[in-house]
Amino acid sequence: MDRREFLGSTAALAGSLAMARPVLAQSAELSFFYPVAVGGPITKLIDSYAAGFEKENPTIKVKPIYAGTYQETIVKALTAHKSGTPPVLSVLLSTDMFTLIDEEAIVPFDPFIKTEDDKKWLSSFFPGFMENSQTGGKTWGIPFQRSTVVLYWNKELFKEAGLDPEKPPTTWAQQLEFAQKLTKRDAAGNTSQWGIQIPSSGFPYWLFQGLTTQAGAILANPAGDKTDYANPGVVEALQYWVDLAQKHKVHPPGIVEWGTTPRDFFEKKVAMMWTTTGNLTNVRANAKFPFGVAVLPAGKKPGSPTGGGNFYLSKKASPAEQEAAFKFVRWITTPERAAQWSADTGYVAVTPAAYETEAMKKYVADFPQALVARDQLPTAVAELSTHENQRVTKALNDGLQAALTGTKQPGPAMADAQAEAERILKSYR
Amino acid sequence: MTNRATATIHGWLLLLPAMACLALFTHWPAIASFVDSFMSTPRARRPARFVGLDNYQQMAADPIFWKAMANNLWFAMGTIPTSIALALLMAVWVNDRIAGRTLVRMAYFTPTILPMIAVANIWLFFFTPQYGLLEQIVGAFGGRSTNWLGSQDTALYAVTVVAIWKEAGFFMIFYLAALQAIPPSLGEAAAIEGASRWTFFRRVQFPLLMPTTLFVLINAVINAFRMIDHIFVMTRGGPDNATTLLLFYIYQVGFGFWDTAYAAALTCVLLLLLALVAFVQYGWLERRTHYQ
Repeated sequence: MDRREFLGSTAALAGSLAMARPVLAQSAELSFFYPVAVGGPITKLIDSYAAGFEKENPTIKVKPIYAGTYQETIVKALTAHKSGTPPVLSVLLSTDMFTLIDEEAIVPFDPFIKTEDDKKWLSSFFPGFMENSQTGGKTWGIPFQRSTVVLYWNKELFKEAGLDPEKPPTTWAQQLEFAQKLTKRDAAGNTSQWGIQIPSSGFPYWLFQGLTTQAGAILANPAGDKTDYANPGVVEALQYWVDLAQKHKVHPPGIVEWGTTPRDFFEKKVAMMWTTTGNLTNVRANAKFPFGVAVLPAGKKPGSPTGGGNFYLSKKASPAEQEAAFKFVRWITTPERAAQWSADTGYVAVTPAAYETEAMKKYVADFPQALVARDQLPTAVAELSTHENQRVTKALNDGLQAALTGTKQPGPAMADAQAEAERILKSYR
Repeated sequence: MTNRATATIHGWLLLLPAMACLALFTHWPAIASFVDSFMSTPRARRPARFVGLDNYQQMAADPIFWKAMANNLWFAMGTIPTSIALALLMAVWVNDRIAGRTLVRMAYFTPTILPMIAVANIWLFFFTPQYGLLEQIVGAFGGRSTNWLGSQDTALYAVTVVAIWKEAGFFMIFYLAALQAIPPSLGEAAAIEGASRWTFFRRVQFPLLMPTTLFVLINAVINAFRMIDHIFVMTRGGPDNATTLLLFYIYQVGFGFWDTAYAAALTCVLLLLLALVAFVQYGWLERRTHYQ
């Protein structure tokens, strides 16, 4: 190609671009970051939803970008925000709300709620999920891949241990009693099968919050500027967890990996496990024995934290992009789609209406375990979330791990964690 | 213009691209970090301001920093001598005419070419309590079950072993190359003199390998302080910071807490540490490594 030809073709290209402009003006590109936190073909599912949306909305191009774990996704989203070109939409932990607000990285959804229909949509979500999505009278996140902690149990091992395979433990005392019956030791004192397992790597605070809620303690206030780690209920909850491993020896000692816990369950190395309902589809596909799913056993009362991810709208996106993103969020949270997503993954469908759809009814008739997480929602509490969330949560995580590995007693461990959280949060009051 | 001046300009021009990259990606970030370490972290509503030594005072009072520092020193002491000794041993062995030499060399080198994240995932399952590979072996000999990565006593050792396993094969390549550069006539002469294998190694091979050892040592020290990827996959610094290394902590402070100013101060300390080590190595050790 000589120079004249090159210039000519460039001009032609520019011309055609100019002609195409009226069409382009209405279209928007919608980039969005999402993490994968549970087993299963999540990326394939998201891609198929994006394609489905594009088909119905040809002017909007959806570009889903898999960004790693929740931790890695928020790092990428915030780095992109600071460099000026963030994704229009991201799925991040519901607990990251305060961090995102403090960084001025997101806008609330309220300005997009214009019609009666929009208002109805916003009030259609389970109230339990909105606790981590709203603050100061504004809605900052829209629930998407939300979960609670549930108890999975192996019915086969229950039968072997002489327990009723259809009856999970309902109280702390019963949970311990069952776990003792389900723990198998050989002559040398080595354990070949543990009664119960509550993972403690990465984000032990989340599963621990199940125990604290059951002990009647609330870890942080709704404004996110005060924690209550040293509450006697919190210490009692930690003592119970530590005792399962160190005193009663029915729980593996030390730190238990979050990622390998479902595998321990499949390998029958553990009879009962606490993990997210988001693992439901994974467990259903891989457990080669009948298993049950139950609400967590009650201490003073029943309870579990909610968890999982919300949609957030980038502040630096253009109004047209934000509008497109809003459209997509509304599309993917319709009852039919929410039901589909729940059946595909095991996450809780985010609206009660989703459970009224034909598809969902058919799914739960065949697989009633899928209803457990929803049934637990009335006793569920907001997941621990504060300003400087990662740092305040790390203080608790470190304390928990110190107690579980036996370097600190539960009382002092929680006092240290509270002191650290206090230091960090003081300036936010 | 004289020829000499033209040559000088040419020389500098040839250097320019590399120098620009070096300045842009090494010197500028280092200086920027140094400046940032005296500022507060900019927040959306509170721009950065000068705070003097605040970040360094915070560091001195930060138990996790001291823990990370101590962990890193143990980690360095654990990985550096062991991986170098292993590398030397393996190199001497596969330098000989043994059966299946190529296969053994390849086997030793494999850990180096595997991506660290994949390696860490494999090792995660080696260390899994109850049915991981290590448990199977220990169990076969009647040993007790251990939660290698989930106990404060063993977690740091466990990640150290993975690092040694990964590094030794890499350093072996340098030793192997150096061994092959030693003229065969030296070996022949030693054989005629009737020197034992050990004497030959101690008096001839090992001294000739000293420059390589220095090079490998420098790399080992740098690697010990920039180790981070397998910590992410295997322990995330836990339990209770037992495996938090300096660089991991910097990442956590910088990109987990977004406390960029404090992360900059931590970075400066790491830089200083490495500069000190480099100074000792180049200024002192290098002069002593040349064989007589």
